[in-house]
Amino acid sequence: MLESPYPLWSLLGILFFALNIAAGLIWLERRLLGLWQDRYGPNRVGPFGLLQVVADMVKIFTKEDWIPPFADKWVFIGAPAIVVATVLMGFVVVPVTSGIVIADLNIGLLFFLAMSSLGVYSVVLGGWASNNKYALLGGMRAAAQMLSYEVFMGLAVMGTVLMAGTFSLGGIVQAQARTIWYVIPQFLGFVLFVIAGIAETRRLPFDLPEAESELVAGFHSEYSGMKFGMFFVGEYIGLVLISSMITVLFLGGWLGPWLPALVWFLIKVFGCIAFFILLRASLPRPRFDQLMTWGWKIMLPLALANLLVTGAIVVAVR
Amino acid sequence: MFSILRTIWDVFLHAFAKRVTIQYPEQKAYLAARYRGRIILSRDPDGGERCVACYLCAAACPVDCIALQATEDPNGRRYPEWFRINFSRCIFCGLCEDACPTYAIQLTPDTEMSEYRRQDMVYEKENLLIDGVGKYPGYNFWRVAGVNIGGKDKGESEREAPPVDLHSLLP
Repeated sequence: MLESPYPLWSLLGILFFALNIAAGLIWLERRLLGLWQDRYGPNRVGPFGLLQVVADMVKIFTKEDWIPPFADKWVFIGAPAIVVATVLMGFVVVPVTSGIVIADLNIGLLFFLAMSSLGVYSVVLGGWASNNKYALLGGMRAAAQMLSYEVFMGLAVMGTVLMAGTFSLGGIVQAQARTIWYVIPQFLGFVLFVIAGIAETRRLPFDLPEAESELVAGFHSEYSGMKFGMFFVGEYIGLVLISSMITVLFLGGWLGPWLPALVWFLIKVFGCIAFFILLRASLPRPRFDQLMTWGWKIMLPLALANLLVTGAIVVAVR
Repeated sequence: MFSILRTIWDVFLHAFAKRVTIQYPEQKAYLAARYRGRIILSRDPDGGERCVACYLCAAACPVDCIALQATEDPNGRRYPEWFRINFSRCIFCGLCEDACPTYAIQLTPDTEMSEYRRQDMVYEKENLLIDGVGKYPGYNFWRVAGVNIGGKDKGESEREAPPVDLHSLLP
């Protein structure tokens, strides 16, 4: 387990960077989508359109913040906060470098899985409190989707845990330093974890809870102003979190030659984020029953098989 | 499965493709000469107004944005006393241009007519009338029309036979 020499500074730094990167991702996502759709994206406000983020923030803060009279008021207000809180809690266990980590728990991976599971409450409660059919359908879809995909998400990373022999994320990275990045021996687990991660962050192609073309905006149909913004911030920080987890679990965390550890971590995280945005640019949304069938009939058996084979090999080698 | 990966790869390759966006205020899109933009009133090759104030454009206009008042000069030549187009109503359909019997009213490829005040969108005759022939260089309505205006009698127009003397046809 890692011990940071400056835990408080790590906390403030990670909080600051997580929130700012989440805001910057609004710009990055629009620029990258533009790039892949043969157009520019926002490029007018400030250099390369970077101040678009500021403009969007000003806009969303000054929008009318409306609570529908038929909504369950307090749950409606609380729901957007849950997703941001749980995702930020997930960052507690992420070892950015061997020196920058808030608390490298010995059950870090389980803590991350628990926090990402709690995030579903935000969506379900938001959809339910809106008292709106579209929102309720979105919330129900979110519950079903995230339950299904969490099952094999947990199983997919157990291969790395078996190989590293620890649940501590810092320990997993250090184990990768001793052997090889786990993306190679655990390639199937990597693929499964990436797919589950996209479903977990409710991003395209797995954005069925919000599915604009069917459910208006799904669980946040009734949300406006900064409450809507909180869902978005939660989604973007969740994207950063999942990318960090992929980096830590499979891509060797901060490991890498020549460059400083922090730079390597950021390069890998942003690579993952760019890949997620590429998926958004290229893939259509599956039907809901297809999503469920994939999760339970293909992904879960694959994850179990992966776990079984990895376990057998680990036992045999030992 | 393979098709999914292939889709992702194909979309990724678009990162190196040329972008189709036209950066508008700096770059301008090419607008053809027959593009339907700001409306003008043109003149004859010899400088007279083409408009004969027949009201056909005003009648054809589906949004009633054209208003004018006909009058005559001492030679008997009709022209609009005033001519007004409300561009805040105009839908740039070009029906006025189709209806015009004298090629006077024409649409031009100019679309940049933003104003801060709605009243500034109302163009009067002095704003509409240009010192040119527009899209039809050689055309002069009064030179081919068989009507008597000052200095040009019936039968003196281009490609027009002299009027028949009805009495000479008597047996």
